[in-house]
Amino acid sequence: MKINHPLLGPRDASEFVYLGDANLINRPNAKSETAAQEFYDYQYLRTNNPGEHKELWFHEQGDRSWLVVTRNTLTHEIKNVELARNIARARS
Amino acid sequence: MRYSGLKILKEAFSGHKGWAPVWRNPEPKSNYDFIIIGGGGHGLATAYYLASTFKKAQIAVLEKGWIGGGNVGRNTTIIRSNYLMHENEGFYEFALQLWEKQERDLNYNTMVSQRGIINLYHTDAQRDAFARRGNSMILNGADAVLLDAEGVKSKYPFLNFDNARFPIRGGLWQPRGGTVRHDAVAWGYARAADLRGVDIIQNCEVTGFDIKNGKCLGVQTTKGSIKAKKVGVSVAGSSSRVMAMAGMRLPIETHVLQAFVSEGLKPVIPGVLTYGAGHFYVSQSDKGGLVFGGDIDGYNSYAQRGNLPVVEDVAEGGVSLMPMIGKARLLRMWGGLIDMSMDGSPIIDKTQIDGLYFNGGWCYGGFKATPAAGYCFAQLLATDRPHETAKHFRFDRFERGRMIDEKGQGAQPNLH
Amino acid sequence: MSLVDQSRVLNFTFDGKNYQGFHGDTLASALLRNKVSLVGRSFKYHRPRGIMGAGSEEPNGLVEIHKGKVCEPNRRATTVKLFDGLEAKSQNRFPSLKYDLLSVNDLFSPFFAAGFYYKTFMWPRSFWEKVYEPAIRRAAGLGRLSHAADPDQYDKGFLFCDLLVIGAGPAGLWAALNAGRAGKQVILADEDFHMGGRILSDNPEIAALSGHEWVAQILAELSALANVRLMPRTTIYGVFDHGIYGALETKTDEIGGANTRQVLWKINAERSILAAGATERPIAFANNDRPGVMLASAVRTYANRFGVTCGSNIAVFTNNNSGLETNAAHIIDTRQAHYVSDTMGRHRIKALRLVSGEKIRTDCLAVSGGWNPNLHLTCHKRGRPVWDDALACFKPDPKNLPEGMSVIGAANGSFSTIGAFRDAQNVLMDDQIKCEKPPNVDHIDYEVSAFWHVKSKKRAWVDFQNDVTAKDIELAHQEGFSSVEHVKRYTTLGMATDQGRTSNVVGLAVLAEATGQSIPQTGTTIFRPPYTPIPLGALAGRHKGQDFKPVRQTPSHDFAQEQGATFVESGYWKRAQWIARKGEKGWRDSVDREVLMTRNSVGVCDVSTLGKIDVQGRDAGKFLNKVYVNTFSTLKVGRCRYGLMLREDGMAMDDGTCARFSDTHFVMTTTTANAGRVFRHLEFCRQCLWPEMDVHLISTTEQWAQYAVAGPNSRKLLEKIVDPAFDISNENFPYMGCQELTICGGVRARLFRLSFSGELAYEIAVPTRYGDSLIRTLMKAGEEFEVVLYGLEALGVMRIEKGHPAGNELNGQTTAANLGLSGFVSKKKDCIGKVLSQREGLAAQDGLALVGFIPAHSGGKITNGAHFVEKGAKAIPENDLGYMTSVAWSPMLNSYIGIGFLKDGKNRLGQIIEAKDYVRNNHLEVEVVSPHFFDPEGGRLRG
Repeated sequence: MKINHPLLGPRDASEFVYLGDANLINRPNAKSETAAQEFYDYQYLRTNNPGEHKELWFHEQGDRSWLVVTRNTLTHEIKNVELARNIARARS
Repeated sequence: MRYSGLKILKEAFSGHKGWAPVWRNPEPKSNYDFIIIGGGGHGLATAYYLASTFKKAQIAVLEKGWIGGGNVGRNTTIIRSNYLMHENEGFYEFALQLWEKQERDLNYNTMVSQRGIINLYHTDAQRDAFARRGNSMILNGADAVLLDAEGVKSKYPFLNFDNARFPIRGGLWQPRGGTVRHDAVAWGYARAADLRGVDIIQNCEVTGFDIKNGKCLGVQTTKGSIKAKKVGVSVAGSSSRVMAMAGMRLPIETHVLQAFVSEGLKPVIPGVLTYGAGHFYVSQSDKGGLVFGGDIDGYNSYAQRGNLPVVEDVAEGGVSLMPMIGKARLLRMWGGLIDMSMDGSPIIDKTQIDGLYFNGGWCYGGFKATPAAGYCFAQLLATDRPHETAKHFRFDRFERGRMIDEKGQGAQPNLH
Repeated sequence: MSLVDQSRVLNFTFDGKNYQGFHGDTLASALLRNKVSLVGRSFKYHRPRGIMGAGSEEPNGLVEIHKGKVCEPNRRATTVKLFDGLEAKSQNRFPSLKYDLLSVNDLFSPFFAAGFYYKTFMWPRSFWEKVYEPAIRRAAGLGRLSHAADPDQYDKGFLFCDLLVIGAGPAGLWAALNAGRAGKQVILADEDFHMGGRILSDNPEIAALSGHEWVAQILAELSALANVRLMPRTTIYGVFDHGIYGALETKTDEIGGANTRQVLWKINAERSILAAGATERPIAFANNDRPGVMLASAVRTYANRFGVTCGSNIAVFTNNNSGLETNAAHIIDTRQAHYVSDTMGRHRIKALRLVSGEKIRTDCLAVSGGWNPNLHLTCHKRGRPVWDDALACFKPDPKNLPEGMSVIGAANGSFSTIGAFRDAQNVLMDDQIKCEKPPNVDHIDYEVSAFWHVKSKKRAWVDFQNDVTAKDIELAHQEGFSSVEHVKRYTTLGMATDQGRTSNVVGLAVLAEATGQSIPQTGTTIFRPPYTPIPLGALAGRHKGQDFKPVRQTPSHDFAQEQGATFVESGYWKRAQWIARKGEKGWRDSVDREVLMTRNSVGVCDVSTLGKIDVQGRDAGKFLNKVYVNTFSTLKVGRCRYGLMLREDGMAMDDGTCARFSDTHFVMTTTTANAGRVFRHLEFCRQCLWPEMDVHLISTTEQWAQYAVAGPNSRKLLEKIVDPAFDISNENFPYMGCQELTICGGVRARLFRLSFSGELAYEIAVPTRYGDSLIRTLMKAGEEFEVVLYGLEALGVMRIEKGHPAGNELNGQTTAANLGLSGFVSKKKDCIGKVLSQREGLAAQDGLALVGFIPAHSGGKITNGAHFVEKGAKAIPENDLGYMTSVAWSPMLNSYIGIGFLKDGKNRLGQIIEAKDYVRNNHLEVEVVSPHFFDPEGGRLRG
């Protein structure tokens, strides 16, 4: 596979380390009353659809950016690649 | 029809006219007591044990495609019970004991071949971790032998002992480990279940659950609605997809695991070997092909195919361990969809929906688990009580913090 | 006019007998030239077999080439380019090819019907491994591996192009030429050593030239184009995601020829054109497997390309007009209702019989059952081909091709030469590439009338290599194996080394006959990589032996080596394990000495492998509060603190120290094993969780050489090298202090007062380039104190004596509580892992606790990995109380000591329990003690 890094252009996927479901950037608030349940959901229940999947990849052999990659898990086609920090910033 | 050497002799002289279909191909009835979704090894074994051990009737197995087409037909055929955690080891040892009598149970030669498995170690720390594991195995009634380098050499003199980046220091040997002819497992269970009245329905995809007031009443399929008292789901890599139809999210990711076979060769490797310094494990099939594999590709996938980096990684491990196989040729590679759970261990449990049961999260341990997974899932379906060896495989273990994490990797499926 | 050079004679042997061939021959053409018709034995029945094809589809002609270490099994004689001195041998026969004992299997074939082995060999149970299976295994398999290391060298490389053309027949040549003329970066790859495809075999007239001349002219022009790379002997073996193609280039099969035998390429192509041609298929009829029964196209290849006639009295059996192009004495055309019903001849066909009963004498039967496009690569991304009734074959589905791929020529079902040219032209024009009008060529349309199988009571072969007959397929269907995937698996159809190139479609047709369905209703089987088998040596390349993985050397590596160190693997690092001195009898002598010398005076150990992460920014302290369980924002400048990190699931991930050099600057250390993982995790926290924080991270593991200097004389030693401007006295530089200073007259350094050994100790870090110099300086300066270089083993002994957890304890399965570190967890703040660490299972009171163990009776040897049970308790999982994680011989205590996790361990101090080590047969009574064996008050490290 090749991942089109938003800053560096297309890079072989073997330069990256995979983490999983991009929802892992949405860490719950530890002070919430239902924190225990929210953290369980956050840590263990994963979106795992056939088809479009937003997921985290780390450019370990490169610029060490965390990326959110939108990839089809049936075809491996990659639709979109974004810097995770931009998404995280937009969220807060 | 009973299979035997004599029967073959008789058929040979009469032009093989007398062999009947191994299983019927019935149309589904409108109502069953038990529906098993998924005609793989686990689903078929579940149906078999429901009908045989637990004396249940009115059972159907629904398969989207052809039976045995999933992971039971695309794995590296290894059986073993060499786990560290008691929660796993007791279960896999139960599985190994069922393998040992499977052929007589089923009257089908699944070629259970206990030629031994050795997990190699290359450092003192690995040796000590294997000692801990071996002792766990023995506590659970399994067999384990800690070999030093000479012990490994006496069995596998052709490994790379002299010029290795990570020299072999020894291995953890389970003499009762081995291999099984994988397709035959599906066919053997299908035949034995069919003989006991189980309806095996191929090309019948489940498209939805009939759930009312928190109770599962049946399923919708491409062959119409079917009612059932209890529905068991056993669909490996499709677990998340199928359970989503019941509104459930699972602690599971679907990954691709590649497997490989070489051209046929005269005998090279007697048993099963697992490299401790790279991602490579290998055995040799009775036809002569080296059957081998390595790490998962590491990303969520439903594509049933992988990519080159893993292929190269596996070959590097293989040639480093067994330098002679540089001249063996890779004949075929394929990918299976595996249901990687968050702690690397399986789930055999009821769901919060009445009448709906789940068996999954097998990671790459599914094949060797087949008989015990079938047995334990059948017991749960039949009695609503978990089997003693599978009582820890619960959904709520993550909420309770009772993970069964063999490798200590945490909630990251691609590291298990 | 053939393409072999008769002036260049090549000597070779087959089964020890000498033969001669010519330059340009394949091994197969040379054998046929020498009238060798028997070349192999089939897999199951050991039937005599001869060459059937002329390319990579060959199912029968498998041989071993070379001998000794370089022996290579299962080579197709049809793809081995002949060279002088080639030694080839037939395989799967004993004692000789002509008289093979296992050919007795053929007589017993009625018993060996499809799947017979699933129905027998079950009694008695123990006979499977002992009797049946060994016999089956010996009989099965094809060639032999040498059982010696493969001495050949393989390389790997990457290539990039605008257009990859796969196959250099008429379609591929024309596409590559026109794309090349248009200036595109083109790679043209073909598995054959001579490009030209079927033109070489049929030699049609093209543009008023012979086919051979036309190919030569096109190749000359392509060779002259700088933007075109011609890659003969290169198989595109797989299509992978995002335009990556796997290719295997064979440089030579000769021993001692080029240095590299094969190169594995990854080709990144914007576009690809599949022009891989087509493969002729046989027809199933009784005894269609005798030597001399060949594919008609192969007979023409041998005649036109190699100048070899395959028989003096050739008969053709065909269902299409391409078969008629074969020069033959007899034509048997199914379209005129003529069918071959049987053949005769033991080691070679002597005659055939027609369904009409007529017997015809022949020494070569050329069979054409029609053509199958070589569409394999279109399926590698799970595309499914579609059935074409008129052509009686599967064609690629244009809607379901790998991204960027087009298919042209015979691979696309355009079986005529002109059709191939036109396909190429159309595809290029779609890409806006100018394409010249195709050259003139005689136009013959392909006409076929589907015909697959002459029914017979005798065996008609479908898969020649695996000995699958039409009857086997019918029997599989009778037994309910009606899905094509079931048939394949039950009969082994298409599973041999040729992957069903000549058998799959015929098999499907026989199955369709049995089921009464059409072929497309019956199904198709898709193809998986590789297109042809790939040596594992080529896939591994140079990453084998000592080069399997990189080696990381510590800054003191050379010095340690000079001192005679024994090295140990620690991930990719090589670390000094101990440094033996003359007269020491075993490793224990060395380790004991290193410990004693350190504890008595001073020792130095390389700890550069610890991960080092530079943390800077206004929010650095706040950030560390989030990732460590304890608080770092309050740490004073010039001080260090021990830190414990959890994973989000609440388990201990890593520990280490973190030093503060300024308000905005921390230096973190991690364990050696977790350096990469921790850094990745911190970047995740920084970028994905708290992007608003002003914090920056960089790994400096390789930038700093770091040595532990430990022992009562460590300060005295360091004072000798630290520049006088800096005060490292106990008062001004107490335990857990850190400072930046200079040493040796101005070399920048960092000094930490940390102790893993429990002694007065420091860690000193300098830029890595000074690492070698510093170790030598320290050892020289320390001579007056009898300084010792100590290795990982002594380091381990000293940390176990102190009860510090390390990798064995931080195994990913333990919590802060298990480790006895729950006191570190700050109650005031959230951190990674805190919420989930409060789950019932992690917080359980009966949890495992890290404690120490000594033998209950003197002389006992504690071993690692033992499990604990109460004295006299039954050894069952329910009674398992925990396990030993680290053990050492303590020269200070003169005893074996161990630490490990014990259920309710803290309340068991003083108890005697059993440590059961079954795999070492060492069962020992041990006393539970505090894990702090040595100097538990810690007086030494503050001195």
